[in-house]
This record gives sequence, structure tokens and C-alpha cells, in this order.
Amino acid sequence: MTTAPAPARTAATDKRGTPGFWRMFYRRNGRALNAFVTFVLVWAFFAANNPTLFLIPAYYNAFLFSVPATIIMTTALVFVIVSGELDLAFPSVIGAAGGLFMTLVISGVPILAAAALTMLGGAALGTAIGAIVVYGKISSLVATLGLNFFIVGIVNLLAQGKNIESRDSVSTFGYAFFTGKWEIFGLQVPNHFLIAVVWTALCYVLFRYHRFGIRVQMVGDNPDSARQMGINIDRIRVGVFVWSGLAAALCGVILVQTANMVWFPTSGKAYLLIALAALFVGGTPTWGGVGTIWGAFFGALTVTLIPSGAVGAGFAGFWTDFIFGLVIILTMVAHRFGGARVR
Amino acid sequence: MAPADIAPGAPIVELRNIVKRFGSVEALSGVSLTVRRGEVLGLLGDNGAGKSTLVKTLAGVHDPDGGEVLVRGRRVSPWTPLAARNAGIETVFQDRALAPQHSIVTNVFMGREITNALGLIRVRKQTDEANRLMREIGFTSRVFNPDSTVGHLSGGERQGVAIARALYNNADVIVLDEPTTALSLTETQKVFRFVRAVKDSGRTVVFIGHNIHHVWDIADRFFVIDRGRMAFEGEKAAFTGADHLIGMMHQLAETGRADIATLRQSA
Repeated sequence: MTTAPAPARTAATDKRGTPGFWRMFYRRNGRALNAFVTFVLVWAFFAANNPTLFLIPAYYNAFLFSVPATIIMTTALVFVIVSGELDLAFPSVIGAAGGLFMTLVISGVPILAAAALTMLGGAALGTAIGAIVVYGKISSLVATLGLNFFIVGIVNLLAQGKNIESRDSVSTFGYAFFTGKWEIFGLQVPNHFLIAVVWTALCYVLFRYHRFGIRVQMVGDNPDSARQMGINIDRIRVGVFVWSGLAAALCGVILVQTANMVWFPTSGKAYLLIALAALFVGGTPTWGGVGTIWGAFFGALTVTLIPSGAVGAGFAGFWTDFIFGLVIILTMVAHRFGGARVR
Repeated sequence: MAPADIAPGAPIVELRNIVKRFGSVEALSGVSLTVRRGEVLGLLGDNGAGKSTLVKTLAGVHDPDGGEVLVRGRRVSPWTPLAARNAGIETVFQDRALAPQHSIVTNVFMGREITNALGLIRVRKQTDEANRLMREIGFTSRVFNPDSTVGHLSGGERQGVAIARALYNNADVIVLDEPTTALSLTETQKVFRFVRAVKDSGRTVVFIGHNIHHVWDIADRFFVIDRGRMAFEGEKAAFTGADHLIGMMHQLAETGRADIATLRQSA
């Protein structure tokens, strides 16, 4: 080939403008930016009602202590939702992982090794859940709903409904690795918050720059196209459940330690609606194919801030659900303006 | 660019006596099709004539029940989508297999991303390569670039994405299944420009169409299939014009036979 053909002569009549840098930037990161703005607005709304409290760094200690599990779970669930599936079984994996972790610790395994083994266990459980959904050709909504009850049931049977405690391990290095704190200007930043930030960065790279993440998006956008182009869509679908299982295991490990090495059989149950709400407030749409990891991060911050923030802003406790619901609905409407689905 | 081991005009893909059955239905009953290097072959046929089956056989989706497939004179067996791709045949199916919420470059590399050893996408390299492929078929504009979202493109432009993708890996036979169906006149012209650019680069195009006018405009040679058999194969020069070809298609639909000589006398 010697010369390239002349470009289309349609440019003169084409009404679409050339997108500038910022327009391209918004097109690529708009969902995450919207989620960030949502968080700032919710914070500003609360802070305006009680500025003195919300400007004290120490006020956020409890917030930073409780938010990491939600961040880790929400960012991992982005993969599941983007692939077009739904995972309602992760709370049971959080509970099972916590139980496995404590069983290992009590039998003498060092905390870091027990955490690593637990994450392997979580990935294995995720593989099993994914395989049932994908190869059993069951709707992931129904399959994971059932599996959630089933796994919680097994965990309860094994634990006989009892807690597991290991208060002596509180003084070990492994415990400090997960729960140690860094004091900055009176704000205590716990290690597990830093772990959550590193995890989010990892998810971001995996989602946006790794072959796996790109293929998850392709499968969610148009599974028939992905299959035609040679992507093994079943493997990708199982893969998202493996990632979700891994995250759930990490959450289980962290929750047990933030509870002073006490595991409750019901551990994880509370995260089902919180994590999903955070995901959607974070700007990942329900229809699959696109999503945002940093949006999920800010979504997790937003939904964690609401209950304590509402009280801090002077609302009576019974306002919490109302505000929670209002924020979710308003952000859904805002995201709708931010970007409808393109086909 | 297209390999030069075969002279222009010489056979590059040959289907010989292809038989394909679906249960008791024989979709193809001994079809022989030769695709010559550097040509645009127009593939015509009525609904249910076996056109789709023939296209899917070319693409490797169907492994024929009888007959053989030769690429550059060598028999390829088993004939699978991967084998077809490795032999340099890329097929753009009617639905184009795109992910509309994603960028042109992501679509071009769908399923075969350029990555490093860790599996991380080499973004710059992919963008450069996508740019090169788009320029090669004249699929350029100041209103979009490789990072533009495919869902914001017009129908003809989406076909451009699919054709640019098909050129990756130096494919030398591009099979286009109904690329202009449901497109407006301007969009069809865009697709024709892409097809001509592909042809000018020394590659071969098999163009499947419903609209006989479209196929007439773009093809150098025609292959007409009817009821699972070859009904006509010949050069564009054998016809006096598009009406002549349409007349033959009508005659074929009514009588089951195609005789272009008598048609020419009556025309």
C-alpha cells in the first residue's frame, strides 16, 4: 500500500464536535467524579449543620475504622455487576471466611499466614459459587440468593451458633499489621484503611488496564460479541466470582480483627445492602459493561458517612433511613443525567 | 501487508464440493466456491438459499460434512474459526460483534489485547496500531479518534470499526456479511470506501448482500447460490448492468434456473 485513502468528506456536515481534553476526561472518568461530588455534597450538607464537630479530625476516627470492609467489598463487586452478574452470596463468604480465619488462628497458625490461607479459601468458595452460576446456567440473582442462605446455614451448623474468640492474639504482629494506627493531626488512620486504599488501587489497575478487567467489561457490554471475538465468557464470569470471594475473605479477616478477635456467626450479614447501595451510589450502572472502581470507593465512603453523619449533624437516629434512601435516589437520578446507556 | 506468495487473480481460498447438513435438511449440497486474490467477490442468494451457511463455512464456524477447504492450495482440516483466522480469513458478521459502550481501540483489540507479561494492556501501542488500521481503510475523521465510544458512531462507521479490526493480524481475506443492510445511502457509501481501500491494499473481500444494487456497485465477480447449490458464477462483465443481474435473480427465483444469455436478448 502506498497512499492512504482520503478521509471522509462527511466532516463538513458532521454536527458532532471534536471532544476537547476535559470532555474526554469527563467521558472517561465522569462516573467516578459524580460519585466524588456526591460524597462531598453529603459531607457538606452534614457539616453545614454542625461545623465545629465535622472539622475535628478525631471525629473521623470511627469512620475510618468502619469503612474499609465496605470499600473492599464494593470495589470487588464492581467486577461482578459490570460482567452482567449479581452476587448476593458474598455476605455468607465474609462470615465463612471469618470463621475459617479464627479456626486457623486458634489452632496456632500465625495471623498473616491464616489471613493468606483464608483468602485462598475465599477464592475457592468464590470459584464454587461462580461455577454453579455459570456452568449450572442459573440466573446469578437466584443462585447466589440461595447459596447465601445455604452457606450461612452450613457455617451456623459448624459453629453451633457460638462465637469464636482468641483475645490473646490481640498483641501479635499480625494483628498490628491489620489494625495498627497512624496518628496524623489528631486523626487516627488505621492500617486496614490503608489496605483498603491499596486494594482499591489494585482493583482499578485490574479493571482498567488488565486483560481480565477489559474482558469483564466486554462480556458485560455484549456477551455475544465477546464470544464471537474468542473470549471465553464462562471463564470470565467465574473469574468475577473468584474476585468477589477473595474480597469477601479479606473483609472477613478484617472484621474479626476490628472486633478484637471475636467472630460472630452472623458476621457479614449487615454488608449485603450496604455494599450494593455503595456500588450504585458510586456510579456503576445496573446494566453491565461499564463501571468505576474509584466511584465505588467514594460510594462506600458516602454510605458509611450517612448513618453517623446524620446523627453528628443533629438529626435524631430515626432520620437515618430516610436520609439514606433520599441520597440513594437522588444520586441515581444524577447518574442518569451523567450518562445514559449507549447502544 | 498482504503476503505476496500468490499472484493477484489466483485462487486464495477454495471450497470444493461442500456439503453441510442440519439434521435432515441439506443446507449446502456440493457447493464449490473459489475466492481469487485481490478481488471483491459478491455473494448473492435469496433467503434460505444457503448464503449464511456458506458464509459460516468460510468463517470456519461450520466444519463441512463433505468436501474440502483449501487455503493457498493447501487443504486445511479440521476447519474451525481459529483455523480460518490463522489462514488469514477474517469475518465481519452482520451484528458486527461490537461493544458499543467502549472505545474504538478497545473494540479493535477485543479478545486479543496487546499486553505485557503481566497481562497489562499496552495502551500506547494499541492506540497507535488502531490509528494505523483506521487510516489504512480511510476510516478517519476529525470528530472521532481511537478513544471515541463506538455507541456514538453511525452505522457505517461502526462497520468501519469491524473492518479495521478484521485487518489486524494481516488478514488477507475479509468476509463481510451484509455490511450495508439497514444503512442509509451516505452510510453505505462510507462502507464502500472502506471496502475499496481494503481491496486497494491488495487484500481480498467477499461481500455478502441482500441488496443487489449494493453488491453490483462494489463487486468484481458474482457468486449466486440457490437452494444449496451454485446457480451462477461469473465476472461483472458478463452482465449489461445491474438490471441484468436483477433480472437473473428474478428468473432464478421463479424458474430455479439462471440463464444470462437469454436475458440479455430480451433486455
